[in-house]
Amino acid sequence: MTSLSAKINEVFDEPGCGKNQGKGEKERKKGCTKQLQPGGAAGGCAFDGAKIALQPITDVAHLVHGPIACEGNSWDNRHAASSGSRLYRTGFTTDIGENDVVFGGEKRLLKSIREIIEKYDPPAVFVYQTCVPAMTGDDIDAVCKAAAQKSGKPVVPINAPGFVGPKNLGNKLAGEALLDHVIGTQEPDYTTPHDINIIGEYNLSGELWQIKPLLDELGIRILACISGDARYHEVARSHRARAAMMVCSKAMINVARKMEERYGIPYFEGSFYGIGDMSETLRQIAQLLVQRGAPDELIGRTEAVIAREEARAWSRIASYRERLAGKKVLLITGGVKSWSVVAALQEGGMEVVGTSVKKSTQEDKERIKELMGQDAHMIEDMTPRETYKMLKEARADIMLSGGRSQFIALKAKMPWLDINQERHYAYAGYEGMVALVHEIDRALSNPVWSQVRLPAPWEETSWEQAADAVIAAEAALPPEDERDRELCNCTGLSVGAVEDAIRTHRLTEVPQVTQVIGAAGGCGGCGNRVAALLARVNAGDTPAFDKAA
Amino acid sequence: MAEIVASRKACTVNPLKMSQPIGGALAFMGVNNCMPLLHGSQGCTSFGLVLFVRHFREAIPLQTTAMSEVATVLGGLENVEQAILTIAKKTKPSMIGICSTGVTEIKGDDVEGYIRLIRQRHPDLGGIALVYVSTPDFEGAFQDGWGKAVTRTIEALVPQAPARIDRQVNVLPGCHLTPGDIDELRDVLESFGLRPLFMPDLSGSLDGHVPQDFTPTTIGGIGTDEIAAMGRSAWTIAIGEQMRDAATALQARGMPFRLFDRLTGLSVCDDFVRFLSDISGRPVPLRLRRQRSQLVDAMLDGHFSFGGKRVAIGAEPDLLWTLGTWLGELGCVLTAAVTTTRSPLLAQLPIGRVLIGDLEDLEAASQDCDLLITHSHGRQMAERLGVPFLRMGIPIFDRLGAGHIVSVGYRGTRDLIFTIGNMFMAETHEPTPDTWRIGGGEGSHAGAPIATH
Repeated sequence: MTSLSAKINEVFDEPGCGKNQGKGEKERKKGCTKQLQPGGAAGGCAFDGAKIALQPITDVAHLVHGPIACEGNSWDNRHAASSGSRLYRTGFTTDIGENDVVFGGEKRLLKSIREIIEKYDPPAVFVYQTCVPAMTGDDIDAVCKAAAQKSGKPVVPINAPGFVGPKNLGNKLAGEALLDHVIGTQEPDYTTPHDINIIGEYNLSGELWQIKPLLDELGIRILACISGDARYHEVARSHRARAAMMVCSKAMINVARKMEERYGIPYFEGSFYGIGDMSETLRQIAQLLVQRGAPDELIGRTEAVIAREEARAWSRIASYRERLAGKKVLLITGGVKSWSVVAALQEGGMEVVGTSVKKSTQEDKERIKELMGQDAHMIEDMTPRETYKMLKEARADIMLSGGRSQFIALKAKMPWLDINQERHYAYAGYEGMVALVHEIDRALSNPVWSQVRLPAPWEETSWEQAADAVIAAEAALPPEDERDRELCNCTGLSVGAVEDAIRTHRLTEVPQVTQVIGAAGGCGGCGNRVAALLARVNAGDTPAFDKAA
Repeated sequence: MAEIVASRKACTVNPLKMSQPIGGALAFMGVNNCMPLLHGSQGCTSFGLVLFVRHFREAIPLQTTAMSEVATVLGGLENVEQAILTIAKKTKPSMIGICSTGVTEIKGDDVEGYIRLIRQRHPDLGGIALVYVSTPDFEGAFQDGWGKAVTRTIEALVPQAPARIDRQVNVLPGCHLTPGDIDELRDVLESFGLRPLFMPDLSGSLDGHVPQDFTPTTIGGIGTDEIAAMGRSAWTIAIGEQMRDAATALQARGMPFRLFDRLTGLSVCDDFVRFLSDISGRPVPLRLRRQRSQLVDAMLDGHFSFGGKRVAIGAEPDLLWTLGTWLGELGCVLTAAVTTTRSPLLAQLPIGRVLIGDLEDLEAASQDCDLLITHSHGRQMAERLGVPFLRMGIPIFDRLGAGHIVSVGYRGTRDLIFTIGNMFMAETHEPTPDTWRIGGGEGSHAGAPIATH
């Protein structure tokens, strides 16, 4: 087994991950990577994920070893902010050509590292492996080692070629690279009882700086943020922190857990999104630090800051609450943002009418249920027309989502706000919550909506009307036989087909269904529906579930 | 005569170049009801998707065969088959345009063979055109991928036809033409009573409009039936050297072609209009005569600002050729020219040396230029250099209206003069008492324009 596949197995067997612990032995072995559906997949690769996780380290030269596609098509496309070096925004790639493919690209890589060190003198070079050199057999570990010996500088191999899996896996492999090669390799000049690490925060649009003033005020030092606005040496010295906060769901849980294991740094999972979550995060940081020996008085001071900041944020939001109360929000995003943003919007007096859970873990889903009640309409996998239908039926006044789905809202002439990585506004902490509410208000109150909804002064069927006609036609049809309804979007399997497979093979778990008949093996969107069907069939019911939906 | 030099650095810093497969995919987006499909790992598609979304500010149809490590080693037949079936079922396209990538080329997947096999296994796919083009990431650049995709589509879908349709003309635009450029050219051709078939036609699909229908494939663009009908056109017009192969492929189907290496500038537009008048047998319409006169006037008014200005350009060969030669005609001095791939025209650029390189090379050569022209990735260097910066090419992600920048024809050339001329005029400085002092302040910089308004 190669070291890369061993590493992948290791991150898949992450004991800190509740989802992983919930699995059986056999299923755990298969890892968390769902087989991607050809022709039906979207989203980045492992290399993309690794780059997202590490590029925010600002003074490092990030060198992509691969053909031009990997860096040339994608560089400088995120908004991680820096308070110092701008080197991380410089695109470095070996841009390998046919010769390197035939004769190997190791020499070019070694030479590239040397050129970078000569011209830019960074404290470290990170080298990202990609699919093509991984296939031709370039040993980037060996090249990095040789380059480090020659130059006397850390040269860190990031072994996450795109085809090993999705973005999320790349995040974790990037974390492994930090654990293996960076963390604990330097010592801080001094330590304090108030040193923390923040893990999994990328300082997009400067969000870290919405939090940092509060920590500064409390005398809490961010020893290292991994990786937003970080310097190489901060990450290298991060093993001396007293406590750690892990942001953003499970993306870097391996880093948090292994730092606890190796260096005794306890961590908690928190969020900077929403007033309640922000306060809870500050409390947890204070408590963890006190448990680790910081003076008790920190807790009292923290509570005072929380009380003051909450009051200030509420009074600022109050001016919007009147205008926004009762406004309905359709939230389409993944992972941690689902539940953390739900709380935030409710604080603004808005009603969340649906949220996507495609990328969320089971735990995330549970939290959404807690926040929104058991009836939360979690949209697993809406088609554009369904999304439009939801917006249109005035069940939503505004859609918040990532950049890719914006056009459904905009073409339907509905207000839309970007809340994914590509966004340009910062929404963290108390400040960010006020900013988010302000942006929603700015979007909703813009008179442009009444302008763009004016019909053209001639006969024309708009696509909304066309979609309305289809929706009306669907509604007019006699109710479909439940068994004929499509259950799995990727394979096209019907409820009946899956039900028969479950009965014939006496299946009890979703992965078995996938193995036997293929359902829920593609985008994973129908996992919950298959689980519900399993539960009903095995309970002896007829599968007439979800009729209202 | 320019010397063509390839950068000798091992490490590319701040890439100017983008990869072939996404150039090919963009060409497929100019075909109506088409789904472009990259045969590679899903990141290959995701990066291209994000890039085009940011440039065009539109939903982008682009799919992936989602090759895993194991599938890559074992071969991608199953993934290509599944992808085609999934797309066929989900989106019912008229055409699926498949581009290879680096990984699948390394493995040596025989996609043409796969397609034959898939056709045999699934005869119900008969109605869907499947066009495959080989576009390894480690060769060529974006405009090569575009050119190859167009050529392959013609070879696959345009039959030999005996009869010609008199006024029907094929137009093959290079990827440096925007949807706005294509609209402009359509107007010009139609004003001669000609019926142009643009292939690809991004003006229908990525021109930023609110569509009449919502579909996951491309909306607008040339239809597959129209592509087939190209075989019966009387003429082919190709715009940009990158379209020569595609034009030659059409020529083999029985019609002559005329290649215009650029359509920005007075004399080249004159050639173009004269040609249209010849093949249509119609006089030049009054409207175009007036536009020509406006262009001449704009050149007269603008030449004060353009003369002697030092311009640095980083662009793909055809865009570099267009802008470099045209600015030369207006009296500008081309001080730096960096491009992405080889092209026969580069040697004729009015500069001593053309470098196939990156934005680091361009930055080093642009220290004292008066204007920098490249795509949006030049924004960091423009800031560092403190020079005026015009965004041209793909991607333009930090400005609105990338799809509507028009720089072809009399009217497009006129407006480009205004855009660039205004940038030059904005850089004029008021004189100070030290301006002409020897060894004086900043204003003593030789050649610095002094405002006289």
